[in-house]
Amino acid sequence: MNVAGRSHQITAFRWGLLLLLSTVAGGLCYALLSLPQQAVGLSEQVSANMEASGVQNPVTAVLINFRGYDTLLEMAVLLVALLGVWSLGSAEAHRKIDPEPVLSLLVGGLAPMMILMAGYLLWVGANAPGGAFQAGSVLAAAGILLLLSSKRFPVRLMGWPLRVVLLLGLGAFIAVGITLLFVSGGFLQYPSGLAGALILFIEAAATLSIGVTLAALFLGGRPQAGPYR
Amino acid sequence: MSSIFLYALAGVGLFSLGLYALIVHAHLLRKILAINVMGSGVFLILVALGGRTAGVVPDVVPHAMVITGIVVAVSATALALALVLRVQAATGRAELPEEPLE
Repeated sequence: MNVAGRSHQITAFRWGLLLLLSTVAGGLCYALLSLPQQAVGLSEQVSANMEASGVQNPVTAVLINFRGYDTLLEMAVLLVALLGVWSLGSAEAHRKIDPEPVLSLLVGGLAPMMILMAGYLLWVGANAPGGAFQAGSVLAAAGILLLLSSKRFPVRLMGWPLRVVLLLGLGAFIAVGITLLFVSGGFLQYPSGLAGALILFIEAAATLSIGVTLAALFLGGRPQAGPYR
Repeated sequence: MSSIFLYALAGVGLFSLGLYALIVHAHLLRKILAINVMGSGVFLILVALGGRTAGVVPDVVPHAMVITGIVVAVSATALALALVLRVQAATGRAELPEEPLE
């Protein structure tokens, strides 16, 4: 096939694709616009049960209490993604780069502040925007900055201590869920009065796990130092 | 038309743009970026539609689901990037082979 014929075909393909996608977009727009202007959704059920949820922030209540299953399975998804990355190979050998002095200095000052910030976000999530995911992301950002500035994590922490922290969130969630299955007769059915403390416990464990998992995903492979090479 | 639907329609636009880029580009990194743009469109639609309540407080259930979704999207992107690196190590290129158009 000559070059002109091929480019002609590609142009025709793109126009056809544009037409098809405009149809899809038009259909989606039509579906959206035919929705009712006002919808209560689940907000009334949420606000009716806020008293029993143990926290004052409705988003946290939905995440850990009302729809705890979602968050539990999501922790599992995070772990499976990390296992997938680890099974593809080990992380590149640490290139010995001297970090820029500015980065080095900045990370040295920022990392402790970010860890403090993560703790604050975790605590404030009970009654204001915040919570395990936000705190975990800040923690992960601190870890990634440390990795970028070539700060080496102690080799002895790369073996089973790392695995324990990775499993902590999912483990705490499942442990609380199964304990409650026997105590109050429902998986993740928090007894009133204890709900706030249990949610804080699960969120603290989840924060650590999310932060460390995201930072470990950034490495792009299994850390090399460790007994399970 | 309220601003809520404006945001939702912008979400549809993002989704369609991402879908176009996903189909057109052969490079795997561009495909991953396209999927992320599509996901952002979906999140925007979900958050916007959660604001259709009568009062000031929006429906928080879609918001909580979007928080979950963002973390899942980030981890899926990380897995996809690791796969792309493996494809590049195995074949020397991070693109899909170009099929002849018939």
